[in-house]
Amino acid sequence: MRKFIVKRILLSILILFCVTFIIYALMRALPTSFVESMAMQLAQAPGSKPYNEWLDQLNAAYGLDMELIPGYLTWLKGAIVGNFGDSWKYSMPVLQKFNEVIWLSFIMGGIAFILELIIAIPLGVIAATKQYSKADYAITAGALLGISLPTFFFATLLKLAFAVNLKWFELSGLVSRDYPQLDAWGQFLDKANHLVLPIATLVIVSVGSLMRYTRTNMLEVLNSDYIRTARAKGLSERKVIYHHAFRNTLIPLVTIVGGSLPGLFSGALITETLFSIPGIGFTSYTAMTAGDIPFSMFYMTFLAVLTLLGNLISDILYAVVDPRVRIA
Amino acid sequence: MAKKNAEGYLSAKEARRIARENRKITNAFEKQRKRKKVPESEYLTEMHDAGNAVEFDNLHTYFYTDEGVVKSVDGVSFEVPIGKTVGVVGESGCGKSVTSLSLMQLLQRPQGQVVEGAIRLNLGDKAYDVTKVPNEKMQELRGNIVSMIFQEPMTSLNPVFRIGDQVDEVIALHDGEGKSKAEIKERTIELLKMVGIANSEGVYRMFPHELSGGMRQRVCIAIALACNPRVIIADEPTTALDVTIQAQVLDLLRNLKEKINSSIMFITHDLGVIAEMADYVVVMYAGRIVEKGTADEIFSHPAHPYTIGLMASKPVVGQKVDKLYSIPGKVPNPVNMPNYCYFKDRCEMCLEECSGEYPREIQISPTHFVSCYRYYDGKQSDADKRKGEQ
Repeated sequence: MRKFIVKRILLSILILFCVTFIIYALMRALPTSFVESMAMQLAQAPGSKPYNEWLDQLNAAYGLDMELIPGYLTWLKGAIVGNFGDSWKYSMPVLQKFNEVIWLSFIMGGIAFILELIIAIPLGVIAATKQYSKADYAITAGALLGISLPTFFFATLLKLAFAVNLKWFELSGLVSRDYPQLDAWGQFLDKANHLVLPIATLVIVSVGSLMRYTRTNMLEVLNSDYIRTARAKGLSERKVIYHHAFRNTLIPLVTIVGGSLPGLFSGALITETLFSIPGIGFTSYTAMTAGDIPFSMFYMTFLAVLTLLGNLISDILYAVVDPRVRIA
Repeated sequence: MAKKNAEGYLSAKEARRIARENRKITNAFEKQRKRKKVPESEYLTEMHDAGNAVEFDNLHTYFYTDEGVVKSVDGVSFEVPIGKTVGVVGESGCGKSVTSLSLMQLLQRPQGQVVEGAIRLNLGDKAYDVTKVPNEKMQELRGNIVSMIFQEPMTSLNPVFRIGDQVDEVIALHDGEGKSKAEIKERTIELLKMVGIANSEGVYRMFPHELSGGMRQRVCIAIALACNPRVIIADEPTTALDVTIQAQVLDLLRNLKEKINSSIMFITHDLGVIAEMADYVVVMYAGRIVEKGTADEIFSHPAHPYTIGLMASKPVVGQKVDKLYSIPGKVPNPVNMPNYCYFKDRCEMCLEECSGEYPREIQISPTHFVSCYRYYDGKQSDADKRKGEQ
């Protein structure tokens, strides 16, 4: 197993180089250029240098006068020692800006993800064990509703119902106007209150697919021969489902759970924008449209690392739950 | 039940009507089954003959499918005497497995239901009617009094648990009172040795995927025998195995049966296996018993045309034939069974009376029964004459 993990990590590093190079090439090829729009702006100032001179000067200043490969190598040299440069759009070190916005998105994503697991897996199991019953129909119909509703529409509905009509939660933003006057506990409650609707949106639109996945897997397992054997042994239905069947249902679920690691950090662009929450999804989107190469490069590389790590973790977890894939 | 239109497809209206009716019927059965604290008197019964381990009495098991009611088992009666092996033979889909699953109460519910009849199980001092036993009580019987060996050893063991745990589980469940973990393990290893697994200590710690098909079937047999059951149902236990392993497994079953003196209900469509194993043979066709008797009677004097056809279609060593005999036609559609003899359309020995209602069971010797018009009074000689011509 250790040999396998070392091999996978080495392979992942190789893949990471290819991925970052492709991202860099794509970023350089983007039609929006931060430097061009800045030169345009500066040239318009009264008594300023012409646009072309500004452009040349800025290109040299931002290191865009280099060809693709030298440019990538320069970025790589910095990245390896942990220096990702300064964000052009936000005019501060990339890591500092990232640190500012990531935790909010991570907390949102993390809570949503845990809620998703807590809701989807038990409901999926119930739907499967009571196939074609009223409970099953209700659960599958609910799941389908969640999958089919677009985020922007559903979030708007939630806002209308709970923020406008019932006034339980705040409409948007992260803090209320009187936030600085509150004590620590009040500040926490205020933030939590603002986060309820965005998290609810995230959970409801994504819980359906995991639930259906659990149901399908559970059904397949329940119809297998070894479940009949377990029943023939005289085990109680509880033991059959939660001991014999559930362990087997875990096998495919683990892949999904491992694969959703990058999802925790990637933020939710639509939800964050709708609720005006300054998370990583919103920040990275703005950086990307402004042509902010250092920030985008760092963010994409970070996600690539998480994806590779997520795959490795799901492979390891796979071996934990399924003895058939264990490597001696 | 279901009227089909000319193309043989169900109209949407028809399908809805069937689904509604099915739900009504199955819900009634499920409600009956889900009652809590059923008094023992409700399922306590008496064996007709104390020498029998199991008596199937006019068993009807139906499946309420979306295309109509499938009468998988339709009035089956036979006995499994204590210490004897009863072979149940028939084509695929004739209701052999459903009969045994009815005894285990492992039917695919709510679609599958025992509609009528009784299955009397001898517990020594008392007898239960299995069809009425509530779930909690049934869990005590399954694996303990009645156990089952399944057809597919490759998929019958849970892939994520160790062999030892899977055998331990059944011992701990039924026999584990006052036993420590080590004692249970000891018993498991003893069982594994008994079914002929040489490296039993090693196998105890292995996962199913590390064993071959024959070894896994031995483990399944060990699980079935763990609590010294009174009745063992072997549902085509050798079908998925190659011939050498098949012979070993059959030997094993025969020896073990003598050791723990239990009855075996042996389900197969392999006549060779039946000849080797069974004391009594029951021949099923389309959910009904067409003929039953001792193994000798069935093999030496088959009476029903279907049994005769089965015997003729098995290859004989040393005999050269151009083409092996096969019974013409195919099994009728299980949804809409005719009300005359089910075998009539494939039968080569039909009489005029065969268009009448389904023939009743005729006794042609103290142990030999057959359902065929050819053995009705006065037809006996005629039938014998025909047999002679063959």
